[in-house]
Amino acid sequence: MNKYFKIQMVLLTVMLFVSSHAFGRSEAFKNNIYNPGILKPIDSVLKVKVGEKVPDFTLPSLSGQKISLSQFRGKKNVVISFVPAAWTPVCSDQWPGYNIAESFFQQNDAILLGITVDNLPTLFAWTNQMGKLWFAVLSDFYPHGKMAETFGVLRSDGVSERALFVIDKEGILRYAHVEDINKRPDLEILVTELEKLNKNRIKSP
Amino acid sequence: MKKVLLYSILAGFLISQFIFTCPAVAEVKPPEVGSILPEIILNVPKEPEHQKYLGLTGEGTFKIPEIKGKVVIYEIYSMYCPFCQKEAPIVNQLFQKIESNERLKGKVKLIGIGAGNSVFEVDFFRKNYDVKFPLFPDTDFSIHKIMGEVRTPYFVGIKINADGTHTVFYSKLGTINNADEFLSLIVKLSGL
Repeated sequence: MNKYFKIQMVLLTVMLFVSSHAFGRSEAFKNNIYNPGILKPIDSVLKVKVGEKVPDFTLPSLSGQKISLSQFRGKKNVVISFVPAAWTPVCSDQWPGYNIAESFFQQNDAILLGITVDNLPTLFAWTNQMGKLWFAVLSDFYPHGKMAETFGVLRSDGVSERALFVIDKEGILRYAHVEDINKRPDLEILVTELEKLNKNRIKSP
Repeated sequence: MKKVLLYSILAGFLISQFIFTCPAVAEVKPPEVGSILPEIILNVPKEPEHQKYLGLTGEGTFKIPEIKGKVVIYEIYSMYCPFCQKEAPIVNQLFQKIESNERLKGKVKLIGIGAGNSVFEVDFFRKNYDVKFPLFPDTDFSIHKIMGEVRTPYFVGIKINADGTHTVFYSKLGTINNADEFLSLIVKLSGL
């Protein structure tokens, strides 16, 4: 009987853990955050490889202009931040942090592209809660998640993974990271990779 | 035996549902005015100026009421929270106003706790906004959890009594907007 009591306690603990939603607690979003609960950490397989050329893409952005990866070729390193969905806890807690971290990108000659599979009107309303963003926000809405699919970060339920990609000026993928969808990657991970990119470039002129 | 397991799982499920639908029973609430704080354990800061400010020495941990002073104000914030970012200069003003007021300096102490923020992220926030008062990481949200998973920014004020006990006199969600008004309110509510 003791064994079953233990099982029960474990289940109870798991359920309590599942109910937790510590992210997305900024007052900026008030009660507008939808909590999807705890999801399968990773639900796709990467199709791009570090060291290889990244396929080009063109997506509409909130500024009204279409943005292509190739337009930064030879000019800027590109960081892509995929977040799963607007108005969800962890995602609402990620880009506002990048919004105050512009200096790390500038120091390493990089720009940031924030991408979700939501449509532009949704992205407009959602990102307005974050204040004025310095980086471009792109919509991979239609054909739905095509770019996410190309990169191998489209999940089976149609949202993307929480993923970071660092692409150098030659269009080569230098870093890929798919985070547990329920967690936010520490800013330090990205800063370390950006600095590495810069150091490596100096080493091999 | 299988039946016992089945009932056991069912009972666990029902209990958990009861807990989630009855917040009054299980939900951890933010500290209430008139109560005492939950046990919040922080690492003694490495910076000598912060140790001096808090009246702490050496390494190890401490609890908020152990800070040297008559009133401690702590903010639960996050570098990822737009309102906390916008408010950072006002909280800096608050600190400066306390430190430049002979009547309050040494008596009112201010600290920040970064909910879900790592050491790196707290350090970045400090540098980015030139924060002079001590900030502490809460990487795994453990402090945020025992604080009732409050929205951010959230301010708590405690009064430290002569006998070492303490009382919460302020516990509120939202930005402080005006440093002078907030400080007057703190002085009034704490009875300083």
